[in-house]
Amino acid sequence: MSEPVQVKFFARLREELGVSSLNIPAEVVPDLDALLDWLVKAHPQWQPALQGKLMTAVNQSMTSSNVALQPGDEVALFPPVTGG
Amino acid sequence: MRTTAIDVRVGSDDFNVQVEYDALCSHNTDDGAVVFFVGRVRDLNEGEAVHSLHLEHYPGMTESVLQQLAEQAAGRWPLNRVRIVHRVGDLHPADQIVFVGVSSPHRQAAFDGAAFVMDVLKTEAPFWKKETGPDGTSRWLDARQSDTTLAERWR
Repeated sequence: MSEPVQVKFFARLREELGVSSLNIPAEVVPDLDALLDWLVKAHPQWQPALQGKLMTAVNQSMTSSNVALQPGDEVALFPPVTGG
Repeated sequence: MRTTAIDVRVGSDDFNVQVEYDALCSHNTDDGAVVFFVGRVRDLNEGEAVHSLHLEHYPGMTESVLQQLAEQAAGRWPLNRVRIVHRVGDLHPADQIVFVGVSSPHRQAAFDGAAFVMDVLKTEAPFWKKETGPDGTSRWLDARQSDTTLAERWR
């Protein structure tokens, strides 16, 4: 068994989903697009929230493309940031 | 090769502007210019009264994004010192939120370096604000297009 991919949710998205993080077997989410598909299939009620405007980070670096995922990766999904 | 002293802090503690300014200036005879910005909590935002403000962040990523921003600024302008302090947790009107300070031999580099850090911080550092009004209802703030436009001028 390889390490899972960990997914973290923040701010409004975390509240809408009611979950702050979850683990997914790495074999079923080879890349970011597959991960989003997996989340919607596993939790159809999350679809509206996950279809909103979101930012994505892989291993704590922002990404805007569909990058490949490895076992042990940390993926974060969150609304556009509002600090400062 | 210039070595820039970078200091990044994220936490719930308040900061003292004099202490941060002194840290930019002490034993520093190279820099003739210091520019700093302080962001504070307002009691009115987008027409809504604000009773309190909660700041959430992504621990770990926040610090590394701020460190990278400071390094990018130091790579673009001759800055000898860069300090970024950002608070998280529960804040109230008039509380300080963020400090960005830089020192440089010359003023234009200091102005630009500080503006760059602040503008890009607003669109890339993983912080989120949730406001609570006097009646107890709370709302997550939406990102503003005007902030994106300001950050894009540095690309």
